[in-house]
Amino acid sequence: MNALRMNAFVRTLPARPWIWSFIGAAIVFLASLLITGGAGAGGIVVAALSLASFAVVVGMGQMFVMSLGPGNVDLSLPANIGLASAIAMKVMNGSDSMIAAGIVAALASGMLIGLINYGLIRTLRIPPIIATLSTSFIVQSIDISYGRGLQVKPPPGFAGFTDLRLLGLPVFVLVIIVASIIAAIVLGRTIFGRSVLAIGQNMRAAWLAGIKVQRIRAVTYVLCSALGGLSGALLAAYFRGSSTDIGNEYLLMSIAVVVIGGTSVAGGRANLPGLWGAALFLVLLQVMLNTFGADASVRLVTTGFVIIAVITAAGGRVAER
Amino acid sequence: MSSTASARPVNRTSPARWFDLSPTLLRTALPFVSLALMLAAIGWLNPRAISYMGFNLMLSLAIPVALATIAQMFVITVNELDLSAGFFISFIASVSVTMLHDTPLLGIAVIAGAVFVYAAIGALIHLRNLPSIVVTLGMAFVWQGLALMVLPQPGGKAPAWLQSFMAVHVPFVPFPIVAAAAIALVVHLALMKTSYGAVLRGIGGNQAAVARAGWSILHAKVLAFTLAGVFGVLSALTLVGLSTAGDANIGAGYTLLAIAGVILGGGEFMGGRVSAMGAVAGALTLTLASASLLSFMHIPTDWQTGANGVILIVVLALRAMIERRPK
Repeated sequence: MNALRMNAFVRTLPARPWIWSFIGAAIVFLASLLITGGAGAGGIVVAALSLASFAVVVGMGQMFVMSLGPGNVDLSLPANIGLASAIAMKVMNGSDSMIAAGIVAALASGMLIGLINYGLIRTLRIPPIIATLSTSFIVQSIDISYGRGLQVKPPPGFAGFTDLRLLGLPVFVLVIIVASIIAAIVLGRTIFGRSVLAIGQNMRAAWLAGIKVQRIRAVTYVLCSALGGLSGALLAAYFRGSSTDIGNEYLLMSIAVVVIGGTSVAGGRANLPGLWGAALFLVLLQVMLNTFGADASVRLVTTGFVIIAVITAAGGRVAER
Repeated sequence: MSSTASARPVNRTSPARWFDLSPTLLRTALPFVSLALMLAAIGWLNPRAISYMGFNLMLSLAIPVALATIAQMFVITVNELDLSAGFFISFIASVSVTMLHDTPLLGIAVIAGAVFVYAAIGALIHLRNLPSIVVTLGMAFVWQGLALMVLPQPGGKAPAWLQSFMAVHVPFVPFPIVAAAAIALVVHLALMKTSYGAVLRGIGGNQAAVARAGWSILHAKVLAFTLAGVFGVLSALTLVGLSTAGDANIGAGYTLLAIAGVILGGGEFMGGRVSAMGAVAGALTLTLASASLLSFMHIPTDWQTGANGVILIVVLALRAMIERRPK
């Protein structure tokens, strides 16, 4: 019975796009090991896991939002991350006793942005892309005005937390792994998660089935922005300070990890393990190209082609309606 | 819902008031009303700005924005979205200040090749039934990388003919206004009065119906993306003509700005509902809001993008009010 099930699982593996992201990550990792002759493997793993975990935190939020159905995407994440990084640093003001307050402030700033996003979507009945775009424009300006030239270093305790190791792995990476397992359970096993997916499959059917569609959508947007705020604080600790463009790469990155990770752009289908696979794949790809001595332009072009190749190979959206 | 609405007596408010105008008319007029209000506000703050010279200065940067907006509009017409537009403009701008300046033939070949890539992306999206957001996201990385390869450091030099073209002075009417009107008119006629324009908009409305009527969806999508590429090139050329030098990130903000312009102009993501004239008006409004209005109000430039966000929200709120008005 169990063997049968295992067999069925293995047979369906190629049909699961996220598998390819893990295979890709493994191939890229082995390739970079071959180049370096195995030297620095530990360092590569730690660096890749750290950077991938930031992409995963932001990607989790984006994944929940994109699962709500076509057109749902949060473009305000980069601005949100930038502002939260500045707020966290300013509230902490370099003092260990204020770490918790700073994280709460970053979360609150993110959640407020999420509420505004959803408020615009709801009251103006505009596509989420436009709502989050408008918010993004405004938040970006607030961030520039508030956070530019901010020279506050993270408190030693918070910065030290990003260096803390357990079994050779950074503790914050382990925390994010646990958080993503919780998120996977929320997605697959809770009413909230199933409601998100149901709305993504067919909003009207979900509404007829008694799901409180608008409430779920509101919670999803707030959740996504809260994760953006949190990653802003974490990034500021990791990079030893806030900056207005600290979140810039996460607009494209968050969408990329979600899609390469096997989440359907059409909504209604999400995949959490795939996020890790995709994030590791993209980060390791950068690391490998780095060891090749490729400069930023080559890394960007390669990343772009890989995204297109993966989405082309994984096939298009299946007509499901 | 609609049956109860139509059962109600329609003409309860007998005196004709402005809001009794048809919602469609109000909706169409909204981008132009916004632009007029913006100009009125600027004129009130600084009367001297409303002059031949003033318009030349205030609106020159609106030309590349308007062209980028039109590019995005073609893609939105066929229900797709182009996230790579800004980086494509950066790439073309980088090519213009290097190859096009030093070896014009090579520059032209590279630019033509880039437009061909745009067309191919349209074909790929249609043939493999891929989400355009993701494919153009990938292309955003590619164009960004290519722009950096061509122009690692800001610099280069725009070809002299481009600079002199952007410095043209038309008698009586400021050049940017002439250019914007010409762009809007040409694209409007192409989209609204030609059969292929109708096919493009029809695909946005109902792709299956257009296919059943015997039109090739593949050709139409390739055409939409090719036009997007061509207008992206024009946007980049006018941009370097104005800035005289290049930067691999010169167009980075244009992706989102152009989407905002299309929506401000009355376009919608779905249904092939777009307006070329509105989109150009939207682009002008955004440019005026982020640069001229703010500086005349003595608000720091930090708030440039914020002003765009506010304009977007205000106009969309007005549109929501128009559409939700009880009939």
